[in-house]
Amino acid sequence: MTAPALRLFGRATIEGTTVFGPVSFEAPAGRWTCLLGPSGVGKSTILRLLAGLGDGIAFEGKVTADDGAPLEGRIALMAQSDLLMPWLDATANVTFGARLRGEAPQADRARQVLGRVGLADHAGKRPHALSGGQRQRVALARTLMEDRAIVLLDESFSALDARSRALMQDLAAELLAGRTVLHVTHDTAEAARLGQTILLMTHAGIDVIAPPEIPTPRPFDAPETLAFQSRLLRRLMAAG
Amino acid sequence: MRTAVRIAGITLFALLAWQALVVLAELPRFILPGPGLVLATLWTSRALIAEHALVTATEVLLGLGIGAALGFVSAILLAASPLARSLLRPMLVFSQAIPVFALAPILTLWLGYGLLSKVAMALLIIYFPVTSAFFDALMRTPPGWLELARMMNARPSRTLWRIRVPAALPGFASGLRLAAVYAPIGAIIGEWVGASRGLGYLMLLANGRAKIDLMFAALIVLAVLTLLLHATVDKLCRRLWET
Repeated sequence: MTAPALRLFGRATIEGTTVFGPVSFEAPAGRWTCLLGPSGVGKSTILRLLAGLGDGIAFEGKVTADDGAPLEGRIALMAQSDLLMPWLDATANVTFGARLRGEAPQADRARQVLGRVGLADHAGKRPHALSGGQRQRVALARTLMEDRAIVLLDESFSALDARSRALMQDLAAELLAGRTVLHVTHDTAEAARLGQTILLMTHAGIDVIAPPEIPTPRPFDAPETLAFQSRLLRRLMAAG
Repeated sequence: MRTAVRIAGITLFALLAWQALVVLAELPRFILPGPGLVLATLWTSRALIAEHALVTATEVLLGLGIGAALGFVSAILLAASPLARSLLRPMLVFSQAIPVFALAPILTLWLGYGLLSKVAMALLIIYFPVTSAFFDALMRTPPGWLELARMMNARPSRTLWRIRVPAALPGFASGLRLAAVYAPIGAIIGEWVGASRGLGYLMLLANGRAKIDLMFAALIVLAVLTLLLHATVDKLCRRLWET
């Protein structure tokens, strides 16, 4: 699995109203890119277009991978809510993709992946018996199980409490390393910790901001992380 | 336990109020017999009532089972196929404009005085609530789950069976709970129109012979049967995927 870079240019409207654009950006191959911006600038619309879920969005432009191959089937999406099936236990949720495609679920690999997200002891539990953080970890395990080269994160950690969020960020940074990740977030602290490339999206367009040269996930209390977070917030405030 | 005490309390209060009404208003027993007399009749005529209750219970259970199964299948067909939706849905809604009660004489004419016409009544009366409750739930699958399925390259049939149907089971359950209360009504109406057995028949017979105590005894048994059915269905529904 070689992860390609992800490119998008164009503009989008929904029922005649402009959602974004014209914009253009690249998410570099095998790196973690944060798409940071205030609500309502079209971040989620971009993600939906990349994911092929753009029904109802009029898009003039192009979405491509730099290796020229089609994107379809190479993308996984992690939404803000965990989207676990409440009637299935953690293992069955992790192997849900295989079931939906009519393939034999790989129980061994599911166990191994659940172990990697620290839930080996919770494999038989249903979502209601898990905490919000644990449920999002099951969702991460399900994403890993799909094993796609490109992973889109749509504010995936924003519903978690501060501690679970920080732990989840560490875990996701470790486990998704090597894949092309595009992470939509409105949280400057999160972008400062995780982004190897930061795209700041405002109504004016998309700017690339260079992060500090510390390997990710950057410590949440490192002066460089905090300073960078402040800088991002200043840029956001200035953009109006 | 506390609910049991409460129910017992309410029942006792209702019986006392009933008895007080009979005594204070000096009602003759062919208008409203007191609870004591009704309970006594319930005991002395227990064999007769049980025999008829068994008939009605059979009609109700068959109607409920077949109606629920048909409703389940119909809702899935409607949800899975836009063609079925455009063809069948107007017919379904139109069929609801005809009061099922008005069909009872025709059903008796077509299906006879026996079990079949009552099962058909119970079935017809519950079919629509079950179908529409389940269908609505099938059409309201959370969009996030459907998108997840698309991202996972799911086959549409598997999305239906593995996401939409399980997610809609609570809707099916609420249809079933309604059906448990409606089905006995259908069976009783069927018996009123033409039958030689069943609680509805027994009530008409007792009424005609001014045996109002027997009529009330049969009514109580019918109410208890309906409550038991509802409680059982409710318990089964709760087990669907909440544990």
